[in-house]
Amino acid sequence: MKNILLTNCKIVNHNSTTEGDILIAGDKIKDILPIGSLSPSIEDLEIIDCSNLLVLPGLIDMHVHMREPGHEYKEDLRSAAEAAVAGGVTSALCMANTSPCVDNSFIASYIHNKSLADGLIDIFPYGTVTKGMKGDELTEMGDILNAGSVGFSEDGYTIMNAEVMRRALEYVKYFNSFIAVHAIDVNLQGTGSMNEGETSTMNGLKGIPSESESVIVARDIQLARLTGSRVHICHISAKESVELVRFGKEQGIMVTAEVTPHHFSLTDKMCMDYNTNYKMSPPLREQKDIDSIIEALNDGTIDCIATDHAPHQADEKFVEFASAPVGIIGLQTMIPLTIKLIDEGKFTWESFARTASYNPANIIGKTDRGEIARGKKADITIIDPNDKYVFNESVNKSKSVNSPYFNKELKGRAVKTIKNGKIVFEV
Amino acid sequence: MYKHKDFISTKELTLDEIDFILTSAEAFLEIGKREIKKVPTLKGRTVVNLFFENSTRTRTSFEIAGKRLGADVINISGSTSSAVKGETLLDTVRNIEAMSADIITVRDSHSGSVKFLADNVEASIINAGDGQNEHPTQAMLDLLTIKQHKKDLNGLNVSIIGDIEHSRVARSNIHLMKKFGMNIKVFGPPTVIPKNVEVLGVTVAHNIIDAVKDADVIIVLRIQRERMGKLLIPSNREYCQIFSITPEIMKNAKNDVMILHPGPINRGIEISSVVADSNRSFILDQVEAGVAVRMAMLSILAFNRSGEL
Repeated sequence: MKNILLTNCKIVNHNSTTEGDILIAGDKIKDILPIGSLSPSIEDLEIIDCSNLLVLPGLIDMHVHMREPGHEYKEDLRSAAEAAVAGGVTSALCMANTSPCVDNSFIASYIHNKSLADGLIDIFPYGTVTKGMKGDELTEMGDILNAGSVGFSEDGYTIMNAEVMRRALEYVKYFNSFIAVHAIDVNLQGTGSMNEGETSTMNGLKGIPSESESVIVARDIQLARLTGSRVHICHISAKESVELVRFGKEQGIMVTAEVTPHHFSLTDKMCMDYNTNYKMSPPLREQKDIDSIIEALNDGTIDCIATDHAPHQADEKFVEFASAPVGIIGLQTMIPLTIKLIDEGKFTWESFARTASYNPANIIGKTDRGEIARGKKADITIIDPNDKYVFNESVNKSKSVNSPYFNKELKGRAVKTIKNGKIVFEV
Repeated sequence: MYKHKDFISTKELTLDEIDFILTSAEAFLEIGKREIKKVPTLKGRTVVNLFFENSTRTRTSFEIAGKRLGADVINISGSTSSAVKGETLLDTVRNIEAMSADIITVRDSHSGSVKFLADNVEASIINAGDGQNEHPTQAMLDLLTIKQHKKDLNGLNVSIIGDIEHSRVARSNIHLMKKFGMNIKVFGPPTVIPKNVEVLGVTVAHNIIDAVKDADVIIVLRIQRERMGKLLIPSNREYCQIFSITPEIMKNAKNDVMILHPGPINRGIEISSVVADSNRSFILDQVEAGVAVRMAMLSILAFNRSGEL
């Protein structure tokens, strides 16, 4: 295999921005050199000029619904991987709510091995916490981890029985793994379909209060303290939850959190006209929540940006609001939505590298990636922050188009994605 | 003039449009008092009443309105529709439309669903109630009833009492009445007053006396325990003691106050029989106005479709 030299790079890591050339040999980063210091004639080199581009460690998305097995008409492991690399993502965690769900090692190894064979990205399936996601019996966590999983989640549901959650946290601690929580108190959520607030009062949709999230965040932080185990809060949406995570971290409790780009970009006002592409779980909140989330992304309270990529077919979303499924596709909009924050002066490139690569790598225990450094895996995302394009049918790689950004102009994207030293995507 | 394909909401209505609809309804109100009540305005037109929720009054009112205008009226209820076989709401309506229905009145349990249909079919759609969002013909008939008895609509004090949160009647009335500078108070158990209710431009009364004392119009809402579950109100008995309109409470009201209720009334729960049957009650006038308002809306939308007027 030919070695690759990325030259004239502006290298953005979680804690530094430097200039240099990156030498890739095989699937590893062999060296980082001063620009122009390597004579191309020495080695058999493919040279890629990265002038005016930003070079980040391959993004790691902690939250992707890939829909295989079970709902391949929405997405499959291959199409999800294609959307991932087009969005600069080189490793992703696949949510466990497939059909059948990932409650045993066979399904876990099926998903993980398929990604290894495909070679586009590494897919690490979440295992479910309980058998059949029924919330009572624990799964064979050790076996599932051996098959390629890195964590456990019942995303879409909350384990409402605190005793089950306590025992699950205790058990998972033996493997130094973690539980990712979809924090919504199902009773407080009721049959609501959007944030409870001014907009829901105006348009008559049933509301879901922020506290339906924060009461479970509070509970699970307390259970993490009780058990000394690790809990990861998925797609945090509410200011109250952010404050609880900050409190937990201050107390030394092992709690981490992620936020989706849509939860830091959009408010519940978008639901006024019943457009189902703004229906999410948790629901879009208010500007005060966005302000709190952005502050928390900057100060480290929120560890990760994760997409919660949730493909649904157009006809499934083309129904009355309350009947529509939740979520949007997000793999290809993470970079442009984050760049919008950076352009507005609310976020930095280093923080992007930290929250979308370095921190996720550490949370899932894959420290062979997450930064551009000698000896690390050659997973690299090359971003043109100024490229303007329409996110249309030809750009979109997902099988689904359920996104409020579909057919809209976006700015910034991955123009080359490198996985294990191979170019797996280029514009 | 009212130039739209559909009638979905009172939110966006202009004062001119409201006046046009009310003037037209007043003419139909007069026709309703004649011995021969039928006019041929909608002859050859097809009106379908598609009701996914139970209704006697509203459906009958639309049916009578359509028939008096000479339309062919077909009623489809939730239990006889294909919804029970898993067909989507939009597919059901598109199928009805394919049979050349001109106007479809729709009642459905999902907020926003009727607007969604209107945006995606050619037929004219009238919202006969979408979830807890709106019931615009009810608000128009309430306004017509008030207009028949109060000289000036502007600046009236209106109190709406009952389950505000789940009430499409309350929302449509509030949107409509605010346009006339009416001062609207709402009152009910805190469990059924929406969070951020002030965005609707209303104030919340402290108690039943505060709610009735300066009111020119009191709209009493039906307690819909079937919609509310068991958690929001402990019992009919306690509701009656604290939130009900009784003769005793009416002593605090203005002499010329109008009592409205969208029906069907729960006698002895949200309103006592004595008040419901008193000369301050205009509940049956509302029913009469309802037919006139619906005749007006059907004929206006039919004219808009043919481009005549």
